[in-house]
Amino acid sequence: MTRLTRRTFSFGAVAAAGGLALRSASAQGNYPSRPITMICPWGAGGGTDATARIVAALLEKEMGQPVNVVNRTGGSGVVGHAAISMAQPDGYTLGIITVEISMMHWQGLTPLTPRSYTPLALMNEDPPGIQVKADSPYKTVKDLADAIKAAPVGKFKCSGTGQGGIWHLALVGWMTAMGLKPDQVAWVPSNGAAPAMQDLAAGGLDLTTCSIPEARAIIEAGKARSLAIMAPKRNPQFPDVPTLKEAMGIDYSTGAWRGFAGPPKLPQPVAEKLTASLKKVYDSKEYKDFMSGRGYGTIWADAAGFASFMDKGDKQMGEAMKAAGLAKA
Amino acid sequence: MDAILEGLKLVAATDVLIALLVSAVYGLIIGAIPGLTATMATALLVPITFYLSPLAAITTIVTASAMAIFSGDIPGCLLRIPGTPASAAYTDEAYALTKKGQAELALGASLWFSALGGIFGTIALMIIAPVLADFALSFSTFEYFWLSFLGLMCATLVARSSPVKAVASALIGLLIACIGMENPGGTPRFTFGVTDLLGGVDVIPALVGVFAVSEVMRAMAGPPAAKIGHKSLGSILAGQLELTKKYWRQMTRGNVVGTLVGVLPGAGADMAAWVCYAISKRFSKTPEKFGTGYPEGLVESGAANNAALAGAWVPALIFGIPGDTITAIAIGVLYMKGLNPGPTLFTEKASSMYAIYVIFMLANILMIPLGIIMIRITTKVLNAPQSAVMPLILLCCAVGAFAVGNNLFAVVIVAAFGIIGYVMEANGFPVAAMVLGIIMGSMVEQSLVTSLIKSDGGIMPFFDRPISAVLAVMAITALLWPLFFWLIKRVRQATARATA
Repeated sequence: MTRLTRRTFSFGAVAAAGGLALRSASAQGNYPSRPITMICPWGAGGGTDATARIVAALLEKEMGQPVNVVNRTGGSGVVGHAAISMAQPDGYTLGIITVEISMMHWQGLTPLTPRSYTPLALMNEDPPGIQVKADSPYKTVKDLADAIKAAPVGKFKCSGTGQGGIWHLALVGWMTAMGLKPDQVAWVPSNGAAPAMQDLAAGGLDLTTCSIPEARAIIEAGKARSLAIMAPKRNPQFPDVPTLKEAMGIDYSTGAWRGFAGPPKLPQPVAEKLTASLKKVYDSKEYKDFMSGRGYGTIWADAAGFASFMDKGDKQMGEAMKAAGLAKA
Repeated sequence: MDAILEGLKLVAATDVLIALLVSAVYGLIIGAIPGLTATMATALLVPITFYLSPLAAITTIVTASAMAIFSGDIPGCLLRIPGTPASAAYTDEAYALTKKGQAELALGASLWFSALGGIFGTIALMIIAPVLADFALSFSTFEYFWLSFLGLMCATLVARSSPVKAVASALIGLLIACIGMENPGGTPRFTFGVTDLLGGVDVIPALVGVFAVSEVMRAMAGPPAAKIGHKSLGSILAGQLELTKKYWRQMTRGNVVGTLVGVLPGAGADMAAWVCYAISKRFSKTPEKFGTGYPEGLVESGAANNAALAGAWVPALIFGIPGDTITAIAIGVLYMKGLNPGPTLFTEKASSMYAIYVIFMLANILMIPLGIIMIRITTKVLNAPQSAVMPLILLCCAVGAFAVGNNLFAVVIVAAFGIIGYVMEANGFPVAAMVLGIIMGSMVEQSLVTSLIKSDGGIMPFFDRPISAVLAVMAITALLWPLFFWLIKRVRQATARATA
């Protein structure tokens, strides 16, 4: 421990004397030589926090340095996302970024976009399902879609999260993909998926568009049914639920995702090392077990793949938000 | 029967018992540190549960949260720093007892009735969980609207000032609840372009500010107060048995109401404590003594608080719907450990279920001896000179607020609310009513707006649904009762004058 401290100290002194170029050069050589901070923009105990913590614990084994998760909450996620983007680009401060980063800037809430980061790896995506109450007359998603088409605008009520949240945009995207008005189904804002599922079971709503893991317990309790998921392929844990394409021929998919990123201008070798280590974490049995245990979907994309994934998602979100009248002109 | 025995055997495992003891001590310490909450204690346990057996993992969560909720009452009682929004309901009462030199009685009541409430809630969970769960699931936003409306009306009851000032304070609280973008419209309000305000004002920093920081300011501004000191009561429990005998009615009412409110997701322990304190005062023979250091309200709301905590596990275990932030974390751990919430948990994994019940019981029983030790140690702080304690309180408030989200803005909120609380109390406006406004504000708004969206603007659905109708009658009666009472008095006076 003393040895380590001394090395860090002398390294600091050299950096101070030798200037920034030398520092970044030697930093890349023996990176990581000190503990890494991982910022989580959401509160302790939630799904994003849990994902960050399991990845941090496994990354620690890979990198041989402690990886500390720090929850920087506040401002509906903006504060933590900003902290990741504005950190020193030395590889010692990373963060977990979430789908909100491709949504909030359209509303004019923050200048941050997916381009404000050095993407490292995409590790999780949960597509939305379409759920109805157990005793609902609609047996398939086609029945439901036909009823929605026939009904006047706003007759059907749907919920899953707050106004302008990811599941709201999923509904808008689905409606647009069917050639209907974005507000054909009225959105009832809620404080998240759990209250929405409860309200569905209480008979207050016609459908919900939250992810299947979030709806799982109520479905398993026999109080609700999932008719379809808005994903390219079925969820292995719910093999009976068809995709929208299978059930209706509509090729529309979206989802809430979580990925890891650093501030912009992260040195190439550092970023490559992090992506390689994250890939090992992703392939580990512990990660797979943890995610499937909680019902979370796993998906891998490396730095370049993550960047193009976010670009595509950002465009899709922008279109949905403009259609719903949520984007700031 | 086999399942029960199997459950007991599971609990008797060494790792489970060690987890029970260690997490009990951990929960007691975290909860007692001003500004650190039970939710935080639970969240910090999550990475540790990765390495524990399923039952040991659940044990740590159950035990640590129950202990932290009780010991959160300690700084509330001794220093006027409520640990949770739930304990804010009776912080003033407990602190008044402390000022009278009866800190051990107040803390003892909090401990004893917390434990009894927890045990009552657990028994309810064991016997009628499925019934309670169906009850919880029958609540739509219409019912929540009336419920939160009733909760908000407690503002005038919990305050000791004039009703007008209490209503004014509650309205300030409602205004504060408007800040941010976490509203049905998803539109930022009153944020003045400040990013940190997008998420609104968190209840905990606001609470710590108006109660603790304002108290420090008063102590610094006023003449040095006589040292509070404390009389040692001898046996802490002896006094409680007496209270139990005297107030068994209040205790039972607190337990029942606490469990019922607790099973409603989103309402939970916070609302239970406020509502029960208000009920206690409303039906008390001596309501004028409330707020002056009188244990009656403390008994009822303390009992409700912990009964609600057990109640919150009902929707969590059966439908995976979190009743509060603690069960939200616990649900994640349950999934991770293969104990997926749902009715099958009660049939296929019955032995694990019984084991969890036993853990609930043990945690609440263990709370009594450990709690007594904790009370004996912490009451020593009252003997310390005020000039040494006050700066420490301020430090704890700042560190605690920062620790929740590693965000310096929370410290600014604490300071701002300290000033607001100081000014309000100096002018006779009750801060408790404002806190209630902040807690209930978003719930009232959310449930009203979403209900109106669902009914396309119609008002009838607020009265159509059976439970909604009952709650509506209760709310409207409570609202109009004082007016009715006043009218009768006027008519009587008029007739009396006419006959005279």
